[in-house]
Amino acid sequence: MSVRRLYHEQPASFAFPPEDEAFIASEIAKYPPGRQASAVIALLWRGQERFGWVTKPMIEHVAQRLGMADIRVLEVATFYTMFNLEPVGEHLVQVCTTTPCWLRGSDDVVAACKKHIAPTQHTISADGKFSWMEVECLGACVNAPMLQIGKDFYEDIDGPTTEKILDAFRRGQKPMPGPQNGRRSSEPLGGATTLKEFG
Amino acid sequence: MLADKDRIFTNLYGFQDWGLAGARARGCWDGTKAILERGPDAIVDQMKKSGLRGRGGAGFSTGLKWSFMPKEVKERPHYLVVNADESEPGTCKDRDIMRHDPHHLVEGCLIASFAMRAHVCYIYVRGEFIREREILQAAVDQAYEAKLIGKNNIHGWDFDLYVHHGAGAYICGEETALLESLEGKKGQPRLKPPFPANVGVYGCPTTVNNVESIAVAPTILRRGPEWFAGIGRPNNVGTKVYCISGHVNKPCNVEEEMGIPLKELIERHAGGVRGGWDNLLAVIPGGASVPLIPKSICDTVLMDFDALRDVQSGLGTAAVIVMDKSTDIVKAIARLSYFYKHESCGQCTPCREGTGWMWRVMTRLQKGDAAVPEIDLLQEVTKEVEGHTICALGDAAAWPIQGLIRHFRPELERRIAARKSQPMAAE
Repeated sequence: MSVRRLYHEQPASFAFPPEDEAFIASEIAKYPPGRQASAVIALLWRGQERFGWVTKPMIEHVAQRLGMADIRVLEVATFYTMFNLEPVGEHLVQVCTTTPCWLRGSDDVVAACKKHIAPTQHTISADGKFSWMEVECLGACVNAPMLQIGKDFYEDIDGPTTEKILDAFRRGQKPMPGPQNGRRSSEPLGGATTLKEFG
Repeated sequence: MLADKDRIFTNLYGFQDWGLAGARARGCWDGTKAILERGPDAIVDQMKKSGLRGRGGAGFSTGLKWSFMPKEVKERPHYLVVNADESEPGTCKDRDIMRHDPHHLVEGCLIASFAMRAHVCYIYVRGEFIREREILQAAVDQAYEAKLIGKNNIHGWDFDLYVHHGAGAYICGEETALLESLEGKKGQPRLKPPFPANVGVYGCPTTVNNVESIAVAPTILRRGPEWFAGIGRPNNVGTKVYCISGHVNKPCNVEEEMGIPLKELIERHAGGVRGGWDNLLAVIPGGASVPLIPKSICDTVLMDFDALRDVQSGLGTAAVIVMDKSTDIVKAIARLSYFYKHESCGQCTPCREGTGWMWRVMTRLQKGDAAVPEIDLLQEVTKEVEGHTICALGDAAAWPIQGLIRHFRPELERRIAARKSQPMAAE
């Protein structure tokens, strides 16, 4: 467990843009009548995609939309660690440092983030473009070490490739996600040992 | 070695089309209606006969689990919930199924729901798997479009399938925490009984199955339970997707037979241990929660439920984390202790307080900044946490430490002695 509290400065209000209404309706429709609280994670996540982090007005707005008490949504926002409760850089860099990634050199990835973004995690870089944080296992362990930026995983990285990826984002480019060492996905590097009949 | 013709996930690596056309060419959705025509009881019976044991870690018979659902639907509808909250460190098999072979899962959801008389299924995908979720949703949309699922589909069983997602909480992989989360609450495990088969999501009969367990079901039912039961050893049958990470030359996922020797698995598919087999220190054979095994056991152990249980470890999710002789083994386990401290949901005192306590002692042991009796105290505390919590996270936090003490106590004592002999040593 870790202590997660709302940020000390909060915006005055929050509203979803009109184009999100169809999404909200389709999320609520996934669940039986009266069970719309099931959509709380999806709505908070969309709110975070819009604003960058989860705010108090956003929590209250989602509670009202779903007919939930504010405290129930606050509980969800503080329990699930993917909800950012404070401002983050334009690109949030999440570095996995759990044992499988650590064994393969996630310390070098962290060092590259410290050098290129900020010496401490959860700090927005001087140009506002990045912040970074250590996260627990992201579930790409055979492609370790790895990091996540936005929706994408960058896998099979090391210090220098991390710096290259960050440089590209800084220039406004988007490097190709996935393994950075030439393999397609989770097959052994150099070619699969199985499934040869299936191309 | 398993022959390619006996592999279920023939697009495991994504070299081919994941979509409906590609999946059909590989055999998905072939004769699904004929399978359903066997009837729910026959399907459950065949799943029992296949010997499939749940692929999420606990290894409970999938067919038996399905049979726990009420035989008749009364006022409360039945639900199938698929656990795609893959978060066990070392494990990344469900990810490949969802992004490269999603139609195995979609078809499995229909068949399993039919067998348990459910018309609705939710797939709970971990929040971080955003791209995987997009592909899975696209596969679900394709299945709706082709009338394979949905209302008035060609299989004659009305069936709605929804993709739901979390937002970063390992504990939601525990089935009742997952149900709480699905209901829009904090993911804190429920006391059992009642079990989900009686009172699950929204208070209705529910079965929660791992992605891999559901995704292998259609192929088992197509090829027959005897085929699946004929692979591996008695009580440990079938194929399994293994994830091999850590200090190997070529980390990878691979589908192999149950009971393949660990050494063969690593050498044949993962390019061997870095620096050769003799450079091996230890392996965590089933994801972070299971106790490690030293090289002497790795030399001969088989990768299945019973063989690994016999050496006081476990198959878990079959996520093999390899550590060579350069590894700071105490730090490797201490990092896992930090993981469990971070992921404890805070509900039960032994786990909430114990995971932090164990991590702090592990951090000191890593530097040797401890006294020898503290090793025994740590062992005792792991026993106080284990079995005294609502869910198995407390056990999962305790077992890696117990494994370390069991096999590497001399290393812990060596560090303490080395630290004592150099009291002013710089850190």
